[in-house]
Amino acid sequence: MPPLVGTPIRRKEDPALLSGRGRYADDLPTPAGTLHGHVIRSPHPHADIVRIDARDALAKDGVWAVITGQDLRKISDPFLVALKTPVHQWSLAVDRVRYVGEPVALVVAESRYLAEDAAELVRIEYRPLDAVIDAQAARVPTAPILHPEAKTNEISVRRFSYGDTKSAFARADARVALRTTFPRLSFTPMECYVVVAQYNSAEGSYDVLANFQGPFSTHPVMARALRVGGPKLRLRIPPDSGGSFGIKLSVFPYVVLIALAARITGRPVKWVEDRAEHLLAASSGPNRITEIEAAVTRDGRILALRLDQLEDYGAFLRAPMPGPLYRMHGAITGAYDIANVDVINRVVLTNKMPASLIRGFGGPQLYMALERLVQRIAIELDLDHLDVIRRNLVPAQKMPYRAAAGALYDSGDYPRAVATTTDSGRLDDLKRRRDAARANGRKYGIGFAAVVEPAMSNMGYLSTLLTAEARDRAGPKNGAVSMVTVNIDPLGAVSVTADVTVQGQGHETVLAQIVADQLGLRPEDINVVLEMDTAKDQWSIAAGTYSCRFTPGTAVAAHLAASRMAEKLKGIGAKQLNILPEDVELAQGKIRSRSNPDNAAPFGRIAGTSHWSPVMLPEGMAPALSETALWTPPELEPPTRDDRINTSLTYGFVFDMCGVEIDPLTYQVRVDRYVSMHDAGRILNPMIADGQMRGAFAQGIAAALYEEFSYSDEGAFLSGTFADYLIPTVNEIPPVEMLHQETPSPLTPLGAKGLAEGNCMSVPACIANAIADALGVADVRIPATPRRIHALMEGSGR
Amino acid sequence: MRRIAKDERTRIRLTLNGRARSAETEPRTLLSDFLRYSLGATGTHVGCEHGVCGCCTVLLDGTAVRSCLTLAVQAEGRDVRTVESLAAPDGALNALQQAFQNHHALQCGFCTPGILMSFTDYLKRNPKPSEADIRDVLSGHLCRCTGYAGIVSALLEAANRIESR
Repeated sequence: MPPLVGTPIRRKEDPALLSGRGRYADDLPTPAGTLHGHVIRSPHPHADIVRIDARDALAKDGVWAVITGQDLRKISDPFLVALKTPVHQWSLAVDRVRYVGEPVALVVAESRYLAEDAAELVRIEYRPLDAVIDAQAARVPTAPILHPEAKTNEISVRRFSYGDTKSAFARADARVALRTTFPRLSFTPMECYVVVAQYNSAEGSYDVLANFQGPFSTHPVMARALRVGGPKLRLRIPPDSGGSFGIKLSVFPYVVLIALAARITGRPVKWVEDRAEHLLAASSGPNRITEIEAAVTRDGRILALRLDQLEDYGAFLRAPMPGPLYRMHGAITGAYDIANVDVINRVVLTNKMPASLIRGFGGPQLYMALERLVQRIAIELDLDHLDVIRRNLVPAQKMPYRAAAGALYDSGDYPRAVATTTDSGRLDDLKRRRDAARANGRKYGIGFAAVVEPAMSNMGYLSTLLTAEARDRAGPKNGAVSMVTVNIDPLGAVSVTADVTVQGQGHETVLAQIVADQLGLRPEDINVVLEMDTAKDQWSIAAGTYSCRFTPGTAVAAHLAASRMAEKLKGIGAKQLNILPEDVELAQGKIRSRSNPDNAAPFGRIAGTSHWSPVMLPEGMAPALSETALWTPPELEPPTRDDRINTSLTYGFVFDMCGVEIDPLTYQVRVDRYVSMHDAGRILNPMIADGQMRGAFAQGIAAALYEEFSYSDEGAFLSGTFADYLIPTVNEIPPVEMLHQETPSPLTPLGAKGLAEGNCMSVPACIANAIADALGVADVRIPATPRRIHALMEGSGR
Repeated sequence: MRRIAKDERTRIRLTLNGRARSAETEPRTLLSDFLRYSLGATGTHVGCEHGVCGCCTVLLDGTAVRSCLTLAVQAEGRDVRTVESLAAPDGALNALQQAFQNHHALQCGFCTPGILMSFTDYLKRNPKPSEADIRDVLSGHLCRCTGYAGIVSALLEAANRIESR
């Protein structure tokens, strides 16, 4: 039987989701007597809270509580963060608000409608303070300070040096410098946050349902805030979730808030975030300003890089921030063989919503700088952009390649991927289109972007933020554990649980493929149960679905657990069929003799043996009822003394090429043709892989051309509806030609790498490069809206 | 026309997926909330509550409407169809649903019920849509997972299948 892994089988998830039988957080039954919460939010970007008067609200029938920051402060602690600074955040504002939308009070009532009515009766008096919105302005000594105890808004500055950048710059033929900016945006899952919390006063424990996505390193953060040990915070994650893209990590402050509300009221409490709240305050990717400079030879070879990255995390730093600034750290030289690099990482706070996880997680910000710089090198040295890329790519013969800042690129053939993309007339076609457009006086440009796509984060990457001495004090952090359990029931039916959270990726299907292959069964024979319960399921701090950890992590654990189960079943089968274990195979739903397939028994009969007849198992064998595999790849080492860090386990490659044309009347950027090449190692399910890549591509287009959280200079939030915050519809997503190359990872048994973030990283840079080419400008900002394009064209006299 | 006081709870009767249903509610209750919380039809999802995303689309007397922009009282005495009505009683998917599975036209599935209901209405009125027609209608829905390519393919296949029957 050919293996199921690698085939595009249809998803097991779909029939329920297509029939309205999904089980999303807001669909699940609530305990009898559940109350409903509504969050009152700050209308000010920065203000002292003078007084909260809830008497009228509390006098209303059906209103149980109006909870404020002062209430929470007595029974909870601020959230832990990796960076030790006096920046304290509780789940409601205490004394001061620091962004528009910050939760100030929670009204708890017998229905959501009532809670919203009562909220209008809560009188909150504020004393407005000056706000600072711009990341650069926040660093100025005279800027309003968000957290006075910290004495500065620039709460972390770390300098790194790899190789000998100074002498590389001294001997270079030329220097090319650029400043790039990356905006604030979110990928706004269609389902907003949902939390249902209960408090058991006898045990002092919390039981919370939330559409949380992980990483589970946040579980101790929530437990500590609630002042309980981990087992006293039972977190349940529903079987279905309406998308996440990183965003649903940030439900965690509300997990704590609603849990505390359950404790205060003595009743179960439910809260469902609405879209207005979500846009205003749920989560944003951080905005970044990068000063980047290259030392180059005359022919475009990059000898050294300098990066000064200023990242704006909004009003608070919350776990696991400042992740985006460090997640790419080991791979900061991207797809290029550059031995010398200096990096300055700066974390700044401003009066905007706190930044957090988002698909791409630091990659889009880095590549906007690096890939735009490579294009500038070509322009300033009068070279061909593609030639400069090719001249600097990590050569295939150097794989596995240790990048300057510590990443171990496990495999790949970048030059071949680039050649395949530009061959077969694709680049010639783009050039023809460009030349024809330009001949008619139209603005047309070609862009490229080469991107290394990391997957499965090293749990030690964020500790690079600390000095080696501070790391020693804090204790070692490294590695990443993945866990999967394969169970067998009395009739030999197989079920699987895993340390991922569902968001729509199709993990149920892929896990079924992997396990079915090992056990000689069909995908429909494997019951995959992915709702999670931290009190009963296997998990580590690395658990959850983020940073593409499924393929290099959980999928591997599933493969290991299922193959161990298969080995045991072969032993049991050998005894029952009276043959040698080496002669046993699991195939076509049978356990049988390889040499004499007629000597066979149904899978279920032999697999159920451990339930019915454990005494008859082969001598010394533990019952084959349940196998849990833990996968901890040794390559995820801690940061070295000199701050080199292998930030992720696998590194895929994406090469994008596109042509864009600027509409002369509307200044709209039209993507004329887009080609994207991926090398993500072995593909587990091509249909699902394609879906992930197309989804990431659409979000890349969104970031490049449409989506931005915008604030006025005074701090007012200007993108609070889907009419202001523009999500591309079908007509805004251009066609994309997807190409594939498979260079298996030598570091995972399945050879597969992550692939769901690459286009989020590559597309904004590729389109920005094409716009730069079309208009002959250096300073391209995204989203490249008609207004920005118009300003660029006016500014350059066109 | 029946008059209901602002704070009066009143019984709303309608036909949901072929069955007579009723529940008491306030006049200000949204149809989306009424379907989900009063009648337990949780297949209809709420994505924005301001009529942009299309997740909450249901059929009201056969016509696709945003249930988040419709009050429950407006549905009184009328025929409401939701995603739960599409599959056969034994769970077999209809041609539209099956096309979505075939083309990987959904990932998280949250926006999907609204799209299915819009096109249940649209394909009845225009059984031979062009791709441009399909894109035009689909542009009334936001999907964050798929990039829409699979949805367009699925809708083209569904249109062909329904037409060829």
